[in-house]
Amino acid sequence: MNLFCQQPKHLQPDQLHMKLHEYQAKELFGRFKLPVPEGQVAATAKEALDCAHALGFPVAIKAQVHAGGRGKAGGIKVVANIDDARTAIDTILGMTLQTAQTGKISKKVGKILIEKGVAIDRELYLSILPDRATASLMIIASSEGGMNIEEVAESSPEKIIRVRVNPLTGIQPFHLRQVAFGLGLNGDGFKSFCGLLSRLYTVVEKNDLLLAEINPLALTADGNFILLDAKVEVDPNALFRHKDLAATYDSSEDDPLELEAKKYNLNYIRLKGNVGTMVNGAGLAMATMDIIKQAGAEPANFLDVGGGANAEMIENGFRILLSDPDVKSILINIFGGILRCDVLATGVVEAARKIGLNLPVVVRMEGTNVDEGRNILTESGLDLISATDLQDAAEKISTIAGQA
Amino acid sequence: MSIFIDDNTRLLVQGITGNEGKFHTLQCESYGTNVVSGVTPGKGGQDVDGIPVFNTVRDAVRETGANASMIFVPPPFAADAIMEAADGGIQLVICITEGIPAHDMLRVKNFLATTSSRLIGPNCPGIITPGACKIGIMPGPIHTPGPIGVISRSGTLTYEVVHQLTGVGLGQTTCIGIGGDPVIGTNFIDCLSAFAGDDQTKGIVMVGEIGGNAEEEAAAFIQDNLNKPVVGFIAGLTAPPGRRMGHAGAIVSGSSGTASAKVAAMENCGIHVCKELGRLGVFCANVFNE
Repeated sequence: MNLFCQQPKHLQPDQLHMKLHEYQAKELFGRFKLPVPEGQVAATAKEALDCAHALGFPVAIKAQVHAGGRGKAGGIKVVANIDDARTAIDTILGMTLQTAQTGKISKKVGKILIEKGVAIDRELYLSILPDRATASLMIIASSEGGMNIEEVAESSPEKIIRVRVNPLTGIQPFHLRQVAFGLGLNGDGFKSFCGLLSRLYTVVEKNDLLLAEINPLALTADGNFILLDAKVEVDPNALFRHKDLAATYDSSEDDPLELEAKKYNLNYIRLKGNVGTMVNGAGLAMATMDIIKQAGAEPANFLDVGGGANAEMIENGFRILLSDPDVKSILINIFGGILRCDVLATGVVEAARKIGLNLPVVVRMEGTNVDEGRNILTESGLDLISATDLQDAAEKISTIAGQA
Repeated sequence: MSIFIDDNTRLLVQGITGNEGKFHTLQCESYGTNVVSGVTPGKGGQDVDGIPVFNTVRDAVRETGANASMIFVPPPFAADAIMEAADGGIQLVICITEGIPAHDMLRVKNFLATTSSRLIGPNCPGIITPGACKIGIMPGPIHTPGPIGVISRSGTLTYEVVHQLTGVGLGQTTCIGIGGDPVIGTNFIDCLSAFAGDDQTKGIVMVGEIGGNAEEEAAAFIQDNLNKPVVGFIAGLTAPPGRRMGHAGAIVSGSSGTASAKVAAMENCGIHVCKELGRLGVFCANVFNE
């Protein structure tokens, strides 16, 4: 598993980093005077062909999806003439991509980036990301960039350069020298790399990026650097000061139920199982999923309604669970602190009345106002199964899942 | 005895005039915490149920002798609030706020290193010494004084653990939620070494989650430095492996951070790892009553 930024509360890093498409990342880098290839994004075959024609061959045709590993999955092609361009565009535009980095989810390609081909002499690797352990911004670089960078990291770790920058001082000349000398650069290449790295650091700092990764960073035959690929992830917690970036986010690859949940500030991730869960607090939500699995069933989702949830949020969360056709039973586990049990119970009852309840729901509540909460559930006349504690809840879910 | 807070704690609340700030301030006060002042810029001179409000932390410290601060300031302004507290001489800063930008916390953490202040959190439920002092949003009544120290990265999961401990008759010296964010002020090891030096604490429960390698480091520390029994729990045993995040992630941390890696590391270091949350209380009773 990975990274600094892998906050367990959201389970999956994808969920908590706002990813930009490659073409958006390159636009951002271009604004900071970083060298990116000439190119244009296209959503139709005609646009793409016109673009290729205007740029002149060879051109690179690149699928724009939120995932790495596109090259290996066939989402990137370099073509030398218009006929090959037409074939490649028809293949890539609209294809579904499943790469090493998308996991089991396939992503449909709705946009492609057409870029002018570049004569490459060397491929380097360069990234900057926050390092949780040292509270610094870490620069990672390697002279062995390209598709096999992870194998390089594994087999020859000495070829990976790491330099940590204290965010209070920002990047200093000695940081730049450490990286540039480490990459074996000299002369003009050394100088232009230092300028490039310095600007990349500025992009990361000014835009609250959780990841800026350039792989490969190409050194061209004529001695210039160019950012051939660009991966950028923005801190969603910082979007209040980056309205421009927030507006660029392409949500077309997201699960519709996850998007719906986002509207109500619910932390929801759809999974493969059929036991829906609603829990307050991320740690408890993960532990509840563990309990479901240990009981021999599979969770259908992760749903953290948060500590300060109100009746309306509970109602919306419950409605999202019920609208997932895979969900065959539901376990609600709430430890009332800020969120009082009576508020929870009211929300559940309201939602169940509005939508109608046709599957078994096990409710386990503890904490603030638990007696009032239990009364509301009992007096509702709804068919809700009450669990006395977690162990009891696990056994009840196990029984229900076994019958299904 | 307890760690970090006790009867001498004089609490200041930053963001005291907001809804949540006010609600939890009064909850803490009714639990017995000595809340001496609050800070909301521009509202100096007002009061919240008799608690005087100041414009700056320095004013509040000078006038009321506050030595701890609880922060309820919204995320865009929370980093500033933490630094103001440390700059004002507050020795213990507890930040409840969730959703502070990561880059802000990088700067805060480096700034705090130049001061003598301790930060707990952010994105945490706070800290409580049952029967004496509560600084945070946890429900007071589930806690009871006793010999067990609790350290957790979670909020409500901590309540569940404490509730079960109290249920089997194991009270607590101090319970600390260290927070779920990637960059936090006080980590497991800081708390473990404090509990190691606290005579009243006879055993420790450590609640972790997937991600990062704080639990692995804590396990190594326990093996080398602690001769008190420790029960561990990790949430996320069955969480699906995270989708990949570009190459940088794999280069940085390889395979660490998974629940099974954490459980293995903890068991190797002599920690009693409980795998079923529903039986955690009973599990602890068996370990600690030996």
